[in-house]
Amino acid sequence: MGSSTLAFPAPRLAPMPAPAPVSPPHAARAVTAEPAGVKWALIATALLFLTLFLFIPLGVVLVEALRRGFAVYLAAITDPDAVSALALTVIAAAISVPMNLVFGLAAAWCIAKFDFRGKNVLLTLIDLPFSVSPVIAGLIYVLVFGLQGWFGPWLREHDARIIFAVPGIVLATVFVTFPFIARELIPLMQAQGNEQEEAARVLGAGGWQIFRRVTLPNIRWALLYGVILCNARAMGEFGAVSVVSGHIRGQTNTLPLHVEILYNEYQFAAAFAVASLLALLALVTLVLKYLVEQRLGYRAPAAAGAPEPAPESPSEAGPAAPAHRSVSLEHPA
Amino acid sequence: MAPWLVHAATALRRNPGYPVFLTRTLLRRHSVLPGFDLALGFTLLYLGLIVLIPLSAAFLKTFTMTWPAFREAVSAPRVLASYRLTFGASLAAALLNGVFGLVVAWVLVRYAFPFKRVVDALVDLPFALPTAVAGIALTALYAQNGWIGQWLPFKVSFTPLGVFVALTFIGLPFVVRTLQPVLQDLHREVEEAAATLGADRWQTFRRVIFPALVPALLTGFALAFARALGEYGSVIFIAGNMPMVSEITPLLIITKLEQYDYQGATAIAVVMLATAFLLLLAINGLQAWARARQGR
Repeated sequence: MGSSTLAFPAPRLAPMPAPAPVSPPHAARAVTAEPAGVKWALIATALLFLTLFLFIPLGVVLVEALRRGFAVYLAAITDPDAVSALALTVIAAAISVPMNLVFGLAAAWCIAKFDFRGKNVLLTLIDLPFSVSPVIAGLIYVLVFGLQGWFGPWLREHDARIIFAVPGIVLATVFVTFPFIARELIPLMQAQGNEQEEAARVLGAGGWQIFRRVTLPNIRWALLYGVILCNARAMGEFGAVSVVSGHIRGQTNTLPLHVEILYNEYQFAAAFAVASLLALLALVTLVLKYLVEQRLGYRAPAAAGAPEPAPESPSEAGPAAPAHRSVSLEHPA
Repeated sequence: MAPWLVHAATALRRNPGYPVFLTRTLLRRHSVLPGFDLALGFTLLYLGLIVLIPLSAAFLKTFTMTWPAFREAVSAPRVLASYRLTFGASLAAALLNGVFGLVVAWVLVRYAFPFKRVVDALVDLPFALPTAVAGIALTALYAQNGWIGQWLPFKVSFTPLGVFVALTFIGLPFVVRTLQPVLQDLHREVEEAAATLGADRWQTFRRVIFPALVPALLTGFALAFARALGEYGSVIFIAGNMPMVSEITPLLIITKLEQYDYQGATAIAVVMLATAFLLLLAINGLQAWARARQGR
């Protein structure tokens, strides 16, 4: 934001032929660009590193999946155990994402729209699940609901199971995806301020009306963004689910756990075939994420921001986004 | 009864069905917007049920142990070896990511090259790819007959080096994504000024650009490190999981659980949790510092 004021003196001191753009690539090359050799060496280094650690691992999944032919691939992903694992994965995500969606909306509403004691503590607590190892996320539910746990005896008396059953898988998934949606919504709603909602209130709208007709349209893309990330993690979670699942084939196996079982049985082609489904999910996630980012304008911060928020926006460094974005497993900018 | 309980009880009696307690005690400034009680009440309830109460179970469980038993559980030689591996490999991976993450972020922000957008989007792959998939893919690549492993003179898969490779994969986006916005916001004018004053490009980077990046770089490093400490899925396939050699701490927790040693597992988990919370505090501090720097 301050750049416009800082930018003016330079062109005025040295009246260059092209007056308009502040940093045209050609004019800038002389002083604030590296020699071409350094530039291409850096690009090559970055691409080599990314190739070794990102691109080849992605490629190997697809190649290994089809190594034994398409028939084996098809057999692996239509195997009844694989299908039931897929169903459970979808069920777990279909329950945990809406739960965290409702939580995210509630948390963002009270944190972004109101000023209350203990807000920062609450923000830190919401982030807590990100810093907990997935294995520990599973362990704590075993301690609460397992046979040796707090409610274990009671659950057994009532013939109910949480650990080594679907509810445990859902709970563990909810835990590891807990902050995703809240974290997307809070900084955005904080940056948007209260004026529109207050205006609606003055004009006589009720709480639900305000939320549905004013707030929701303003946050829908961030909401979608959070849902995409939350869903990807929910479907891909391995460690936490592994602890509480019990690995009962056809019953408490999710897709990532099914991959592990196949791999440990040396059915590599089948393991990679099922893994390729998850890799596909990851790629779809990245594409959707990219598209939503374009809508959100994350990539062009200061320039694309709404025209008016400048006067009272407390954070100088662009829309409040960085404030609570970075610890997460998602995109900081 | 405690005063706040009395207060809450009277509030509820006067206005049944509407929990004004939270508004009365917590709200700093009156707002015309509705829904504070409902939203905060639900937030606290959900947070308590899903996160706080289960997490407290881990700490409460260790209170049932005697001190010597706890110390024995968290400092047995096999456990110590797992700490050394987990911390060492996480640190090394975060350092490697610190170096190459800076290069990647720099290249993505400053240069134009073919398929840049695709490359940029793929940096998030470790966030989106399920860890188990990453685990088997890396294992296949770095195995002795794998695409990469066959060209290396030393073993990677099924050694501590494999743990390092997996943790590098996991941590990469943290450094890149923390640095990118800061690099984008750097004022070119400062670099022009440095050049005007006679600095060459390397001097400008070392004395002008790099100091501005340090808070974000440290934050990204700490995030990658914290994530690596708890990582499980991508590591267990490639590590080989030999006790004392290539067994990470999260795996040890699972091993103890499978032997029904709940106390032992929980004791180690509490050590990991305490470390994670300390790191979280450090990261919050670093981010505050980075924000202060950026907003300068």
